[in-house]
Amino acid sequence: MNIDWILVLEKFLLIATVVTISLVIAMYETWSERKIAALLQDRRGPTRAGPFGLFQPLADGLKLFMKEEIIPNSANRFLFILGPCLAMMAAMMTSAVIPFGGTIEVAGRQVDLQVADVNIGVLYVFAVVSLGVYGIMIGGWASNNKFSLMAALRAASQAISYELAMGLSLIALLFMSGSLSMRDIVTQQMAGDWGGFLGWNVLYQPLGFLIFLIAAFAECNRTPFDLPEAENELNFGYHQEYSSMKLGFYLFAEYINMFISSVIMATLFFGGYDMPFFNESAHAHWGNWLALVGIIALTLKVGFFIFLFMWVRWTIPRFRYDQLMNLGWKKLVPLALANMVITGAVVLWLNDK
Amino acid sequence: MSITEIVFWFLSGLALVSAIMVLLSKNPVHSVLWLIAVFFAISGHYILLNAQFLAIVNLIVYAGAIMVLFLFVIMLMNQGSEPEPRSKSMWIKMAGAISGGSLLLVMVAVIRQSANLVVRNEANDIVPKEAVARVGDIGLIEKLGNVLFTEYVVPFEISSVLFLSAMVGAVVIGKKE
Repeated sequence: MNIDWILVLEKFLLIATVVTISLVIAMYETWSERKIAALLQDRRGPTRAGPFGLFQPLADGLKLFMKEEIIPNSANRFLFILGPCLAMMAAMMTSAVIPFGGTIEVAGRQVDLQVADVNIGVLYVFAVVSLGVYGIMIGGWASNNKFSLMAALRAASQAISYELAMGLSLIALLFMSGSLSMRDIVTQQMAGDWGGFLGWNVLYQPLGFLIFLIAAFAECNRTPFDLPEAENELNFGYHQEYSSMKLGFYLFAEYINMFISSVIMATLFFGGYDMPFFNESAHAHWGNWLALVGIIALTLKVGFFIFLFMWVRWTIPRFRYDQLMNLGWKKLVPLALANMVITGAVVLWLNDK
Repeated sequence: MSITEIVFWFLSGLALVSAIMVLLSKNPVHSVLWLIAVFFAISGHYILLNAQFLAIVNLIVYAGAIMVLFLFVIMLMNQGSEPEPRSKSMWIKMAGAISGGSLLLVMVAVIRQSANLVVRNEANDIVPKEAVARVGDIGLIEKLGNVLFTEYVVPFEISSVLFLSAMVGAVVIGKKE
């Protein structure tokens, strides 16, 4: 057997780093959600734990861990526990194909800041996203509670409906890139003028981006599409029977999903780790510092999208369920189809010229 | 054993055990979950064959969409109250016999075909051909697209018409009430 153990170690470290970073970011998303909510509602938000309430997520996590864990008698024990596990797993798995930065050099080794550069990266994201709904469905059903089941069914039908629009909006983008690898898509965008800025896909696919953004909100069950957890209709939604850290996992999975979808939007439409107005290829001698510049650029873009998620949550009220379905099937899908056909025609026309 | 071989046997075992559990589970929800495990194992086999596109599409379409709808239906069914009424209709039995027979036919054909997968070694013994893993690029999206839209374009278009008619049918049935 001939195994490149250093490669195994490298990938292992990379996976550990990516997972840790996702978890930490998800933790501080809860903090920033409270702070932004406070800002928008003219309050001060958490201030007690640490400076600016920065230790609030730790306190919250400790609280969730210390709470009593209750499994309802009539619940299906195994599936009840499997539900949050699946939700968490699906949320973490997406990060495998995302390029978080360029290449760094560690001890003479070129290390790509990406766990796996597979040639079907975008499809992989879709597969994992479509599996994410199982966590909610299984958890909701296994609770053996009518409200949970209703919420689970809502979540599943919402996710399936919006996946269609999401996929169609991405197909138009893939027509232009001609590659499904996330790294290729980023590299192509970096080659644009103005230090990559004119290569950003959002300039060529504004409608596609808008549809993708709306679908991403729906996939993450964020307001205005948070019908699966509509308190006033369903008590608390699919995680009503959950307590302690199992509830924490569901809530956490939502924040990780938000982070990951922000990264995906930044990667596919906003040039990923491309710093705009800055020509990366002219500064190749910067080495690892160049990769750092890329990571900072990606972090800023992701931060903006996370802020957008929260901004919308505290601004727009929830849709009614029939409005949600109408928007998904009768508006977004036809729009995405039209966008796809037009993009296809333009790409063909440009190829012929 | 090489790593590929270990993975192969692991995936095969997983697929078989899960497939048997689909049949043996008393609870239909458990059956669906075992079936999802089968799809994962099969996708793993596709990846071993270097057919990443097929692997991921198998997951998106079957595990991600069709099985969700299965779960949907099963979760809404009133479970465990009464056994399903057995249908004694002559037509259903005939239909069952015909579809079971066609499945048998296909399987026999496959096994006969696989007779071509043996070769003679130096000592003139019949040995199975070595399975090739992680080679070939027919399963990659680019090659597959080229083949589908050149060599197999007619069957491809016909099957898309079939899908379209199924969609129209679903809409018509849904609109009835």
